[in-house]
Amino acid sequence: MNSKNQVAAREGWFTLDAERPRLLGSQCQQCHTYYFPVHEQYCRNPECESEQFEQIELSHRGKIWSYTNAAYPPPEPFKAADPYEVFALAAVELEREKLVVLGQLAAGVTVDDVKIGDEVELTLDTLFSDDENDYLVWKWQPVNGGAA
Amino acid sequence: MSNSVAVLGVGMHPWGKWGNNFVEYGVKAARDALRDAGVPWKDVQFIAGANTVRCGYPGYVAGATFAKALGWNGARVASCYAACASGAQALNTARAQILAGMADVALVVGADTTPKGFLAPNKGERPDDPDWLRFRLFGATNPAYFAFHARRRIELYGTTEQDIAEVRVKNGHNGLHNDNARYKKAFTVDEVLASPMVADPLRLFEICATSDGGAAIVIASHEYAKKLGQKPVTIEAISTVTPTYPSTQLELPDLATDSAAAVQVPNMNFKPAMVNAAYEEAGIGPDDISLAEVYDLSTAMELDWYEALQLCPEGDGQKLLRDGDTYIGGRVPVNASGGLACFGEAVPAQALAQVCELTWQLRGQAGGRQVENARYGVTANEGLFGHGSSVVVKAAD
Repeated sequence: MNSKNQVAAREGWFTLDAERPRLLGSQCQQCHTYYFPVHEQYCRNPECESEQFEQIELSHRGKIWSYTNAAYPPPEPFKAADPYEVFALAAVELEREKLVVLGQLAAGVTVDDVKIGDEVELTLDTLFSDDENDYLVWKWQPVNGGAA
Repeated sequence: MSNSVAVLGVGMHPWGKWGNNFVEYGVKAARDALRDAGVPWKDVQFIAGANTVRCGYPGYVAGATFAKALGWNGARVASCYAACASGAQALNTARAQILAGMADVALVVGADTTPKGFLAPNKGERPDDPDWLRFRLFGATNPAYFAFHARRRIELYGTTEQDIAEVRVKNGHNGLHNDNARYKKAFTVDEVLASPMVADPLRLFEICATSDGGAAIVIASHEYAKKLGQKPVTIEAISTVTPTYPSTQLELPDLATDSAAAVQVPNMNFKPAMVNAAYEEAGIGPDDISLAEVYDLSTAMELDWYEALQLCPEGDGQKLLRDGDTYIGGRVPVNASGGLACFGEAVPAQALAQVCELTWQLRGQAGGRQVENARYGVTANEGLFGHGSSVVVKAAD
């Protein structure tokens, strides 16, 4: 149905496995702190001088730290749908990593469907397309159905 | 007393959407400040400029740009970029010169010309720049970040949409009495709530616009002020500290926060820690504060600052508002100038404009928005990339 190539809108930040998408991050091998996106040059913990990191898959589920929506089309370099469709955004806290990651909420999920603390999981969706490629990005899908 | 410097003069170019070169605004503000100080430009030994990055060259080297426009006078020069805190960093740079005895009198200038609509990143593909990626990958505008924090207030602290609309009503009323403000219009809560939703729960009238404007300040050593026979308002502290690791509040333009897996989060988040550093430097506490000028990028953010300034416990900001404490005539008026709500943000000028307002207030020159018997004023400001500032200003003894 779709013969375009599926590529990441930001290469190296997440896997493209449609069934099991994962964010790619790093863990410091000395102080064990986590990073998203991948960060392997120097540890940003001021107590740690490590330069040794392991690339890891981050938790694919987390809890909503906060959320909002974009009632008006954001400016370039965002590629807004035409006609414009309002989308929701969530900042999601990953329990193991103890960090918050930004993302859009899955298509069709509105601010009325979620609240702080709700569980969400990672999903992939097309951010925009050109003649050759669909550019994919991660989004957060409420675990209990969300937009029911 | 060792960190105290004298504010000899302040000046502003009115905020608006004038569409002219930013240098023109800076020169107007600078000449007003010099006139207010009674100091001729040729006597200024140090000039610091707060940069804008949107206008391109020569916006990147604002100190020299303003010095050239005023007429090269051989003064030492510095330019500062620190996003919304650029003006405070320029002020702090000038203060350091005076405290070190390298200059007796200095001029600090910030001015900006802004484009229409949402602030957007510069052109070009920049896949390693978080400020570009947040737009490309998520469409996360500045108001989206303000909205995350506003939503947390509403769900965790019981702030209502009426409360945050009331902040706009308060500031709109204050701005009616300020000739430098861009928006001079009073609103009702219903009018604010009827304005279009931009980033839920924030509406159009609750989000700071971007403006053109300029502000300038002349500061000097106490000895220099004495020679001029002045009893000046003084700057007692300037805090420009960084956050402390791990910073777990999602702030502009973060795509993700630090991790708290290895190190406990600090006792104070960035905003209160920044203000606390200013209180400590000035040797005062929140009870000493008579009035505050804070960065109301959104209406809800003003309530965050009440707590960061320690005017009330965390989560109680709306109670302070409901009790009338932060209105002119209340216990500790906040944004008597009208705040960003009435000005719109002219980034490199804004932190200086806050100090200009406190100076006029502490001199008793604030006209219809005058706060009576003010002794200490404090500013609070925060911007991109871990920059922020807090300045403590004191009335003349």
